[in-house]
Amino acid sequence: MSELTLTVMRLGFLAVLWLFVIVAVQVIRSDLFGTRVTQRGSRRTAAEARPQQGRQQQQAAPPQQRQQPGRQRRGAPTKLVVSEGTLTGTTVALQGQTITLGRAHDSTIVLDDDYASSRHARIYPDRDGQWIVEDLGSTNGTYLERTRLTTPTPVPLGAPIRIGKTVIELRK
Amino acid sequence: MSVVTNTTTIGAIDAPSRRNTELALVIFAVAISVFAYANVGLALNGELPSGMLGYGAGLALLGGVAHLVVRRFAKYADPLLLPLATLLNGLGLALIWRLDQSERLLAHPSFAPAASKQLIFSAMGVALFVGVLLLLKDHRILQRYTYISMVVALVLLILPMFFPAQFGAKIWITIPGIGSIQPGEFAKIVIAVFFSGYLMVKRDALALASRRFMGMYLPRGRDLGPILAIWAMSILILVFETDLGTSLLFFGMFVVMLYVATERTSWIVFGLVMSAVGAVGVASFEPHVQDRVTAWLDPFAGWGTHPASEQMAQVLMSFGSGGTLGTGLGQGHSDLILFAANTDFILATVGEELGLAGVMAFLLLYGLIVERGVRTALAARDPFGKLLAIGLSGAFAIQVFVVAGGVMGLIPLTGMTMPFLAAGGSSVIANWALIGILIRISDTARRPAPAPAPSTDAEMTQVVRP
Repeated sequence: MSELTLTVMRLGFLAVLWLFVIVAVQVIRSDLFGTRVTQRGSRRTAAEARPQQGRQQQQAAPPQQRQQPGRQRRGAPTKLVVSEGTLTGTTVALQGQTITLGRAHDSTIVLDDDYASSRHARIYPDRDGQWIVEDLGSTNGTYLERTRLTTPTPVPLGAPIRIGKTVIELRK
Repeated sequence: MSVVTNTTTIGAIDAPSRRNTELALVIFAVAISVFAYANVGLALNGELPSGMLGYGAGLALLGGVAHLVVRRFAKYADPLLLPLATLLNGLGLALIWRLDQSERLLAHPSFAPAASKQLIFSAMGVALFVGVLLLLKDHRILQRYTYISMVVALVLLILPMFFPAQFGAKIWITIPGIGSIQPGEFAKIVIAVFFSGYLMVKRDALALASRRFMGMYLPRGRDLGPILAIWAMSILILVFETDLGTSLLFFGMFVVMLYVATERTSWIVFGLVMSAVGAVGVASFEPHVQDRVTAWLDPFAGWGTHPASEQMAQVLMSFGSGGTLGTGLGQGHSDLILFAANTDFILATVGEELGLAGVMAFLLLYGLIVERGVRTALAARDPFGKLLAIGLSGAFAIQVFVVAGGVMGLIPLTGMTMPFLAAGGSSVIANWALIGILIRISDTARRPAPAPAPSTDAEMTQVVRP
């Protein structure tokens, strides 16, 4: 047997031995299973959870929409976005459910805001699919754009709803 | 950016069964072993060894049968334990066969070719492994036999005292016509059952009733009883059987399990102090132990005059001549060790022919087995299974440490075998049983939780009309 063959075999054997060790470690790595997130209800949420688009683009879009109240079905908002305050960046998909806002633990969006009441406001769709915001008798009030709400009011796309230091808006 | 929707649930992902990964790794392990066998043959005789096909087929059969049984009876078991054990067993067979080819060893009176016998022992080991998986449907059954296993372990440990010493230690029992077995290897499994059953019941007393002193929890005097009893027993083993390895193994195992059960660091401190006191005390008067200590302290001083030292020196030289990458399988001279070259000192052959890189790979393979055992203990849901898995993998780890440390000159040499690697029936059979129990525990631990029974409250309200 030539010296070269034996050297190749010697190094090859060590390589194969280490390859086994590395493969075994890879198996361990893939064995560290974590948690699984299950989406219940409609399948649409997955599509809606896609990353937020550029901020300017979104802010440019709403004024256009506001001019056309007649085409609500096409321009219906799909998500609620917190744009100011401690929860900035939080989004909630709008699927026809009522969204409650407040410091209470069972609120959809739990506000960590000194100026918010425990059940501050709610946002819900009416029969036509128009989203309505209603103040639930809060201490410091809910503002749509600049006016303090006294009655349930329809929310235009992109209009800021201010609760204490938190600002939320509906977006497409 | 966090996405908050109230329609999301987060649950644990069920462990996949991963039997196909296991199969692929078993095939890989058999292939590596056959490669080692071919390599030895080519290096020694320049041709593929004639027994290669039969040997490879035998090993593949063992791995295949073990895998099929796991697939059928322990579906969710850990995918790594079986391939690792198969690889170590296969490489052990190749190394033993390589030492069988040495003319220097064949001329030595105490040496007999061991490869074919070892293959039969491996088959018996796999048979026991299969038996464990078939008969032990749930490891918690073992809990019922806590005190019976204590008696069995004591009998297994005491028996060798009544048989003559072989090679300076009384750890064998000889059955005429069958051969000799090392009951200590089996005792380590049985005693793990006893320790885990006992500690599961007593751990609260051992953990909670303690005083705080110098940042350490000191147990009450009467809680020291069990550890003192085990200590006394291992000292007795050391004195009457002159076997440091078994003694260290049992005491170490108890301390590890005591620490895991109680989470008190003080037990480790106590254990280390007690074993140091015991070992030094016994070494001061026991000639066999003194012999080993002398050989450990300066192996080259006794060259030519002191056989134990000379053997140790040969071992160290074979590690040295191996270097980083080794001389290649079949091209070393580890047969110069002569006595016990293929049993206690088989790691020296690895060190010489595969070098530091090979020894490291072997130690990692052992480490991975221990890691999977500890992982099984973490995943197990019942305290008995946790303690048993820790005890078994701890015993495995201590055994590897004691042998490898002894062979490399880190601690005085003891008469124990590298699990799966060394020639010897008791060791390979007992270790296959140990792997079988670990696989059974990991199957229970990784099995997905059964679906909850439908609650009667959740059923629809029925309107009963008159």
